[in-house]
Amino acid sequence: MGGLLTEVFIASLLFGAVTVGIPLLLAGLGEQISEKSGVLNIGIEGMMLMGAYGGFVAAYYTESFWFGFLAGGFLGMAVAFLMVLFCVLLSMNQIVIGIALTIGAEGLTALLHHFQFSRTYPRMPEVPTLDIPGLQNIPVIGPAFFERHPLVYLSILLVVFVAWIFRRTQIGLNLQAAGDKPAALDAAGVNVKLTRACAVLTTGFLAGIGGAFMANVGAGLFVPHMTHGAGFIGIVLAMLARGKPLWVLLGAALFGSSLALTTALQVAGLNIPTDVVQMLPFAMVIVVLILFARHSYLPPALGLPYHRGER
Amino acid sequence: MNSAAGQTPAVSLHSITKRFPGVLANNDISLDIHAGEVHALLGENGAGKSTLISILAGMQQPDAGHIEIEGVRVKIHSPRESLRLQIGTVFQHVVLVHSLTVIENLMLGGAWWRIHDRKTALARLRDISELLGVKIEPDVPVGRLSLGQQQQVEIIRALWHGGKVLVLDEPTSMLTPQGVDELGALMRRLAGQGVAIVFITHKLREAYAFGDRISVLRQGKLVGDILPEHLDDMDEEQATNEIIQLMFKSAVHGAESAEAEIFLREGQERHKRGVINKSGPPVISLEHVSTRAEPGECALHDIGFSVMPGEVFGIAGVDGNGQKHLAEVIAGQRPVLSGCIKVSGELTTDADVPARRRLGVRYITDERLGEGTVGGHSVATNLVLKGIGAPPFWRFFVTIWQRIFRHAREIIVAHDVRTPSEHTPLARLSGGNIQKVLLAREISINASVVVFNKPTYGLDIHNTRLARDRIVKAAASGIATIVISTELDELLELSDRIGVIFNGEMSGIVENRAGAESEIGRLMTGAKAA
Repeated sequence: MGGLLTEVFIASLLFGAVTVGIPLLLAGLGEQISEKSGVLNIGIEGMMLMGAYGGFVAAYYTESFWFGFLAGGFLGMAVAFLMVLFCVLLSMNQIVIGIALTIGAEGLTALLHHFQFSRTYPRMPEVPTLDIPGLQNIPVIGPAFFERHPLVYLSILLVVFVAWIFRRTQIGLNLQAAGDKPAALDAAGVNVKLTRACAVLTTGFLAGIGGAFMANVGAGLFVPHMTHGAGFIGIVLAMLARGKPLWVLLGAALFGSSLALTTALQVAGLNIPTDVVQMLPFAMVIVVLILFARHSYLPPALGLPYHRGER
Repeated sequence: MNSAAGQTPAVSLHSITKRFPGVLANNDISLDIHAGEVHALLGENGAGKSTLISILAGMQQPDAGHIEIEGVRVKIHSPRESLRLQIGTVFQHVVLVHSLTVIENLMLGGAWWRIHDRKTALARLRDISELLGVKIEPDVPVGRLSLGQQQQVEIIRALWHGGKVLVLDEPTSMLTPQGVDELGALMRRLAGQGVAIVFITHKLREAYAFGDRISVLRQGKLVGDILPEHLDDMDEEQATNEIIQLMFKSAVHGAESAEAEIFLREGQERHKRGVINKSGPPVISLEHVSTRAEPGECALHDIGFSVMPGEVFGIAGVDGNGQKHLAEVIAGQRPVLSGCIKVSGELTTDADVPARRRLGVRYITDERLGEGTVGGHSVATNLVLKGIGAPPFWRFFVTIWQRIFRHAREIIVAHDVRTPSEHTPLARLSGGNIQKVLLAREISINASVVVFNKPTYGLDIHNTRLARDRIVKAAASGIATIVISTELDELLELSDRIGVIFNGEMSGIVENRAGAESEIGRLMTGAKAA
């Protein structure tokens, strides 16, 4: 195991962790917003996948990464709109609809991809980066953190922004009330369903961008089913973070690095079967859940549609 | 007390009618509410009080009729509109976000694009609490406040957008006797400032004590008013009689005059029964019983008491102070962390529910349709629910339906259960009749200890009386009876002794005699027994 701590290994681990972690971070933050408002958004996996496909197609034809992210965000939002329609407005079961949306998106993206590209998998060009002068030259850390696409920096800033929204703004109060005691929000004259609808649409937008990042930056191409449970890891992150965006960042870093291990180990030339390594992040989910899930906090009204007059 | 005759009323309701499937909740109600007055709205459960205020609060829309605010016709189509018209409502159940602090709760509903404006909010809080004469810490999470304090926060919130009208829906049901007096003083102070107050209650005494004007609702109809100039001249007994007159003046049927009779007796007398023999061993005793704390539930700490045969032991306390755990521990539905429970001298701490039933322990839950019965099943099935698989209704795992149905028919006659047949799903029956089924099942043969958890919760006057009579009869037959209730009047009427539970601890046990009420009220706030 002497090869484990070489510079090459750590550099590729960190680089990979950021690449894989950013979609998890976006999904986790998005899910956190939904959950705070009382909607358990299981459809997030489907939103990411739609974002990944739409983001890839848009970026591929326009040759603009930014346009790809935007398109991914809006497609994620389109799936979220279905969630809003069925779960928030029509008060249907959030788990059933969430699963249906995920499965539906899996089928739809695979089908569309097949029509569009048949069996070929075209690739995106190299990712443009915004290098931070000075910091980019630090060995190991520089390439992993300071020679990245601007969206990476924006995503990290988003953590602070969301934390500020939660703590200091009226929106933050409204979200928390919608998830903890919707009747109180209603009595205060704020529309509970509208609050939740906005939260879910925001989730869809963030998850869609996360998916697009996965396709365009992470893989450089679109493969059906490529999100591979990232949305579900996002749900786990949101639950473990107990409403604190900073914890989502920590969780995304943890899961991101364990997911990045596969490539890093190959780079380091270690001969561990890839199947075993690919199992790691999910084994990690189980371990982390056993350790921390007892302390997870869920809003009391999570998963419950709101009807005026029932309390 | 400035009578507002001749002035434009702050709010007037004109022929408000609201229909729900199968019920006429409000039937052509017209009502004037005046500034500077406490207007008591009196009526039983289901009289339509709550519907009326949810229309005022913008939660419901009337099917017919309209509302005027200071003579101007308005449409209150949302809670926001209601707040804009300066109508503040304190609902019967607390609607505050427990995880947010007091000031954050009060800031809810501000313009959504704003960063919250703590400074302005704090200043507003200071102004209103001065007006109310209460002191509230702004940065404490609401979940840590007592129910009385939470109610004060709700009143502050109701006045937040300018208090022209303040509606209080059954505000006294969660309060200790002292808390009720404080609330009364607070309402007087606000009325003195020119606020129009609507005070909803089902307790005659409170309506008289705090109201300037009393309106009585019955089965969705406004059946009468007592005007302020009238009320001033009456003493309590005259007022009570007048209200009874109003409530039952259409009483042509025997049943209704009997109801009036019941209403008169309500809470005014204590049951006089034979002296309880205290020399023998108690039927049930709890020693140092504690339970494990669970999120959202109040656990027990070191509870101890014993009950003699034929004795009624009342458990008083504000809801959520460990009553649920206490009932479940006795019934065997919840494990004990430490301490022991003895029934008829036998150690039953670890016995399961069937074993305790064999010893004669019975539990009448407050969740009649939740854990008490299966709503979708027939009356007959529900009556044998706790003896499934046992003779005489089952033999060699085969159900003998004829016996079950016969048994059900006998019970239905004996206990006057109003049901179309024994096959009717239980959930279709009224609350009173469901309670009769539950009582019949639990207090049948061989009961030695019966726990009643909020036995009259949600029942109308008639069924409340029947349930209470049932409890007295059970005790008279030698059963050790434990009554858990948040209605102090009920306990004062029924009990021989009253134990007060606060925060999971028994803060004291009081003999039920004259003057017990104030002592119990003191204990309910956590003061230890002297």
